[in-house]
Amino acid sequence: MNLQPSPADETFRAEVAEWMRLHLRGRFDSLRHRGGPGDEEADPVLRKEWERELAAGSWTCIGWPREWGGRALSIEQQVIFHEEYARAGGPGRMGHIGEGLIGPTLIAYGSEAQKRRFLPGIVSGTEFWAQGYSEPNAGSDLANVQTKCWQDADGSWRVQGQKVWTSLAHESEWIFVLARSEPASKGRQGLSFLLLPLQQPGVRIQPIRQMGGGVEFNEVFFDGAVAAADHIVGKPGEGWKVAMGLLEFERGVSTLGQQMHFAYELDLVIKAAQAGGAAANPQIRQRLAQAWCGLRVMRYNALRMLSGSEGHGLKREALIYKYYWSNWHRDLGKLAMDVLGPAGDVISDDPRIRPLQQLFFFSRADTIYAGTNEIQLNLIAERGLDMPREPRPAATS
Amino acid sequence: MNFALSADQAMIRDAAQSFLADVSGSPAVRAAAANEAGFDAGVWRSIGSELGWCGLPLAEEHGGLGLGAVELVLVLEQMGRHLLCAPYFSTVCLAANLLAQIGNLQARRRFLLGIAEGKLCATAPLDSSIDDWSDAAVQLRAHRAGDAWVLSGLCPRLPDAVAADWLLFFAQVDGEQAPALFAVPRAAAGLKIETLQGWDATRRFSSATLKAVTLPSENRIDDPLQLEQGLPRAAALARLAIAAEQLGGAQQCLDLTVAYTATRRQFGRAIASFQAVKHRCAEMMVRIEAARSAVYGAAAVAAGKSSTDALVLECAAARILASDTYFFCAQEAIQLHGGVGFTWEYDPQLYFKRAQASSHWLGGADALRERIAQALIA
Repeated sequence: MNLQPSPADETFRAEVAEWMRLHLRGRFDSLRHRGGPGDEEADPVLRKEWERELAAGSWTCIGWPREWGGRALSIEQQVIFHEEYARAGGPGRMGHIGEGLIGPTLIAYGSEAQKRRFLPGIVSGTEFWAQGYSEPNAGSDLANVQTKCWQDADGSWRVQGQKVWTSLAHESEWIFVLARSEPASKGRQGLSFLLLPLQQPGVRIQPIRQMGGGVEFNEVFFDGAVAAADHIVGKPGEGWKVAMGLLEFERGVSTLGQQMHFAYELDLVIKAAQAGGAAANPQIRQRLAQAWCGLRVMRYNALRMLSGSEGHGLKREALIYKYYWSNWHRDLGKLAMDVLGPAGDVISDDPRIRPLQQLFFFSRADTIYAGTNEIQLNLIAERGLDMPREPRPAATS
Repeated sequence: MNFALSADQAMIRDAAQSFLADVSGSPAVRAAAANEAGFDAGVWRSIGSELGWCGLPLAEEHGGLGLGAVELVLVLEQMGRHLLCAPYFSTVCLAANLLAQIGNLQARRRFLLGIAEGKLCATAPLDSSIDDWSDAAVQLRAHRAGDAWVLSGLCPRLPDAVAADWLLFFAQVDGEQAPALFAVPRAAAGLKIETLQGWDATRRFSSATLKAVTLPSENRIDDPLQLEQGLPRAAALARLAIAAEQLGGAQQCLDLTVAYTATRRQFGRAIASFQAVKHRCAEMMVRIEAARSAVYGAAAVAAGKSSTDALVLECAAARILASDTYFFCAQEAIQLHGGVGFTWEYDPQLYFKRAQASSHWLGGADALRERIAQALIA
């Protein structure tokens, strides 16, 4: 165990910090600390321009292989980039689904033609992606996907059905969709993974208003929507394998950046406590200190994850991470509102209050999306502790 | 930056795990806790002279191995897991730690080699205020009598005092701000040690009464120049050591529970297959891994260069997490063992008592959170 950074890493850290200082200003100044989860609607037009600014500085897709426009940076340097990006208040990335999910999936499973067609647009910040997995009846039970697809005589694919919780669908050009290509199939069998343009007659996007008032999610309806014949990733029927492979690509390099944002939020809560007098309340002080302890836990837990761990196979620190951060974040939201007191109950545009209200409401989603608390606890018990699996009907296992 | 254990570190951990599994199983713990000394002398001899663990964190110039907080934490975690009854913590994590941080050169030369070689057993008070150990000196005063020092008063709680060759006491000296540290031999005239019968029998506490205990001048062992930084550092490192033991104890509570629920059958199936049971075990694992991250992180900070303030806060966080987690897991272990969980025969009660007792050592979680809050809210 060694927490001392190498001189090369320190140089790189300074380079990122300096680039951010020189570029996240002027017309981009208003984006500082904006556009994260719960705030994804913040100025999407300007944030797309910011993606192109990043691209011009070669700061997109830094972990990708060089042949596909990346910089093949080490895990350590990717972590440093995300940390310094967040420390500088870098806005939530409009390109994160492309860069973090579909790009790596195409690099691993896509055809040469697909890579040539789609990867450059992700690297340059000119094409944006949405994710079409969840459905009204396929949430925790994702394998219960009911959206159908079939091939026309010319080989092109048609898609019929509905996806839900689709972030930024209204701001994206493309969507990847998991759909059932074998009509009688059930569960993980008979699914295919397709790439579709969102701007077409067979696609209708309907925003979902969240409890905090925002509308960053959507329902996406497909009514005979078309995907080109060669825009299937993997073979027909292999969709589950591709979809699960995609989920593996979240390797935790961005988690330390996420934590920088958490630290910024805790700082906002502390400032509010000082301004409003709650900082003198012994219970509030206990909770602020506990929140700080949680930040230390998340940092060292992420470093354990990134160091590849000592053991083989089982990575206990990785298994608990999502459950830990999401519940920590939800607690921070409640603490923020308790610090604000009655002032928190009034809808506010005050920059010292509004972000804390958004935190309070949006963090309710943290323990639900990407595996609910209950699913996480099942996974921890089954994979981390080898406890018996939940009984499942044979057809969907 | 690399957070993985080195091959040597993994080897030390595995050796500790296998040795302690052999010598400190449940029957051995119960036997040691029931004997007068509170530990098995043979096991303690092996640890001191064969395994060399007493010298693990001590500097090579004093006969130690010169390893750091990470190695020490790995060994302590296994000791806590197996409820090792031995004066290791008091000798190495209290006495040697204080000597290393605030001892004068003469005292370090006098005591550390014997400790490193496993020949000398020592202890110091476990009650302290967060930063300066001054609470331990509240009831003890020292004054000069010619060349000698004379100590009088009470030290209400001292771990493993019966086993110790030397007892280190903090005492107030007129005209000095910080408490001074004195080394008192167990046979000193005027020193009376009384064993306290604790519910937790895995670490034996005693009270010490001092009536005009007269010591030669060199038995004042602190270096006054080191006190300001050394006292909070020593307290932080001792707190990290307790946290490591607590982490191991919490892990064992989970392991016992997972094993028990896999064999206990009700309604025709192992109770481990019920989601109500699985989720509670998973919640234990979440808290344990969180505590592990905090403990290992603080150990890595302690092993590198760190400011005293940073070390105090990091170790406080580790201690808070480990302390709360240990009690939570011990409580869950009893609940999930059902009826046998609150019997004397089954082991959860041993961990439950240790979890509660250890929650007070060197400052409880609430006091430590307040310390962190003071740093956060400038």
